Amino acid sequence: MKAVTWRGVNEIGVEDVPEPTIINDHDIILEVGLTATCGSDLHLMGGYIPAMRAGDVLGHEFMGTVAEVGRGVTKHQVGDRVVVVSFTSCGQCWYCRQGLWSLCDNGNPNPGITEALWGQAIGGCYGYSHALGGWAGSHARYIRVPYADQGAFPIPDGVSDERALFASDAAPTGWTGAHQAEVRPGDVVAVWGAGGVGQMAARAAMLMGAERVVVIDRYDNRLAQVRTHIGAETLDYEKVDVPAELRELTGGRGPDVCIEAVGMEAHSPGPLYLYDQVKQQMRLQTDRPTAVREAIYACRKGGTVFTLGVFAGVVDKFPLGAVMNKALTLRGAQQHGHRYIPEILDRMSRDEVKTEHLATHVMSLNDGPKGYRMFKNKEDGCVRAVFRPGA
Amino acid sequence: MTSFVGTVASLAARAGGSAVRQVRSVVDPSAARPAGASQPASGWLVVTVLREQSDIDTARLPAPLADFGGRIEVRVRPAADGKGTELAVRLRDRRSSGGVLSRLGGRDPQAELRSALRRAKQLIEVGEVLAVDPAPHGKRTATPGGMLLEAWTKVAPKAGVR
Ligand SMILES: NC(=O)c1ccc[n+]([C@@H]2O[C@H](COP(=O)([O-])OP(=O)(O)OC[C@H]3O[C@@H](n4cnc5c(N)ncnc54)[C@H](O)[C@@H]3O)[C@@H](O)[C@H]2O)c1
Ligand SMILES: [Zn+2]
Ligand SMILES: [Zn+2]
Repeated sequence: MKAVTWRGVNEIGVEDVPEPTIINDHDIILEVGLTATCGSDLHLMGGYIPAMRAGDVLGHEFMGTVAEVGRGVTKHQVGDRVVVVSFTSCGQCWYCRQGLWSLCDNGNPNPGITEALWGQAIGGCYGYSHALGGWAGSHARYIRVPYADQGAFPIPDGVSDERALFASDAAPTGWTGAHQAEVRPGDVVAVWGAGGVGQMAARAAMLMGAERVVVIDRYDNRLAQVRTHIGAETLDYEKVDVPAELRELTGGRGPDVCIEAVGMEAHSPGPLYLYDQVKQQMRLQTDRPTAVREAIYACRKGGTVFTLGVFAGVVDKFPLGAVMNKALTLRGAQQHGHRYIPEILDRMSRDEVKTEHLATHVMSLNDGPKGYRMFKNKEDGCVRAVFRPGA
Repeated sequence: MTSFVGTVASLAARAGGSAVRQVRSVVDPSAARPAGASQPASGWLVVTVLREQSDIDTARLPAPLADFGGRIEVRVRPAADGKGTELAVRLRDRRSSGGVLSRLGGRDPQAELRSALRRAKQLIEVGEVLAVDPAPHGKRTATPGGMLLEAWTKVAPKAGVR
């Protein structure tokens, strides 16, 4: 079957790969309907997450039709239309039972890599390097889904493929950020990054009762999407001083909750950007934490800063003094989608969550390299390139 | 540095070094010592399993551990705060298991036991051992990180449980 693969740093290929088969009893094989690019893929593409091998199939945000079910699967049948969460989690360990699904003890068959890097291993993720399990990704005609009773969710009839697709990764990631950061009714919430993840975090915060939600980015088309489709306010960080604006609109306090949805390749108009780039290129730091620094600086005393953006290793010039003296709560997580997806699909069926606008460019798998180039360079207003393997 | 790591590191350096830098910093003794590389002096390897202690019969352990027969000691005790049961095993005959370097080279005498403990936890909690291979993939051409990564992922399941 055809698949979009990682071939090397900044090199995406289209290759013929073998079709997956059922290996464990709780597997299903899914015929992929739609599969999206995600900001996380850019970190893989750029070589910032080092555990990739040439030939690895990319893609972790996807939906489709059940094509085959393993003997132990009870909730799915051939022909069902489902969306699959990007993390592979067992549902039986203590972490899964706590609702902290991405921390699953059993979902990563290669735990040694992340144990060595971080002290403990987290769960696995499709198409996300050998550090997160070595699972083949979804940019292919078929994908094997382990622990299918836990990770695949039936799509309600009224919800289109294009909308349900983002219940896989972007939306549950946004929900993870807003919920784990404990957004409360009346809060002012600032979100850095107006990609799929930032937009969904903003929407989740609004639905959790935030009084004002402000999204920060520099791309006009993305900020326009935030205003039109999400209903949140926006700030262009190239045109205004973000902490100053946030201070003004919160009566001098700063936002109660600051959600960072940018990640380790953050951009910045300030002088530290050059410093960060040079240090990252010299491998003296692995990640550029520009937006996290700004979030910490802007956050109100005693507030919460949440890193939804992906970081892999160590960062430099981290404002620990502000975290300590302002009594901030600093948290982060990979998405715990299993606990949020049923609610998200329900809200999608009631038009409370709309996502189709994120799929700005839909194409065939053959266009994989072009799709990734457009997404990376944000060409033609690309917010997410989406592949249709059946096309 | 042993020659194994030296070879991979210089290969990486010649190729630009970007892709394996992180993994290398883990095996490089001059880099900050990662928690995962260390082993307790006692030799016990331990996992917490989400089961009551009464559900774990040390006389009838899952096959991966039972296969060790009398070569291992087994200890169970309740984990605090309802987190389940701590299941610990250690080899009766423990020669030095070396550091992360010998583990990477596949020379860790505790590696098989570590892997077995991990599989036992999965069998108790989930009822099956999760397998990733054979996973579909395209052509495996050489990249800077690929060689070290292949060596690493071969032992990663074993390195997985402390
Ligand atoms: N935690 C999770 O489970 C999870 C899941 C999916 C994605 N992610 C991560 O979330 C992040 C965003 O993902 P995405 O798909 O939306 O990516 P994206 O690349 O589409 O969007 C990132 C946005 O951040 C903006 N940006 C860059 N620097 C900024 C700055 N200094 N201030 C404000 N905005 C800035 C960019 O202009 C861009 O619009 C990535 O790091 C991705 O890896 C995390
Ligand atoms: Zn993602
Ligand atoms: Zn689990």
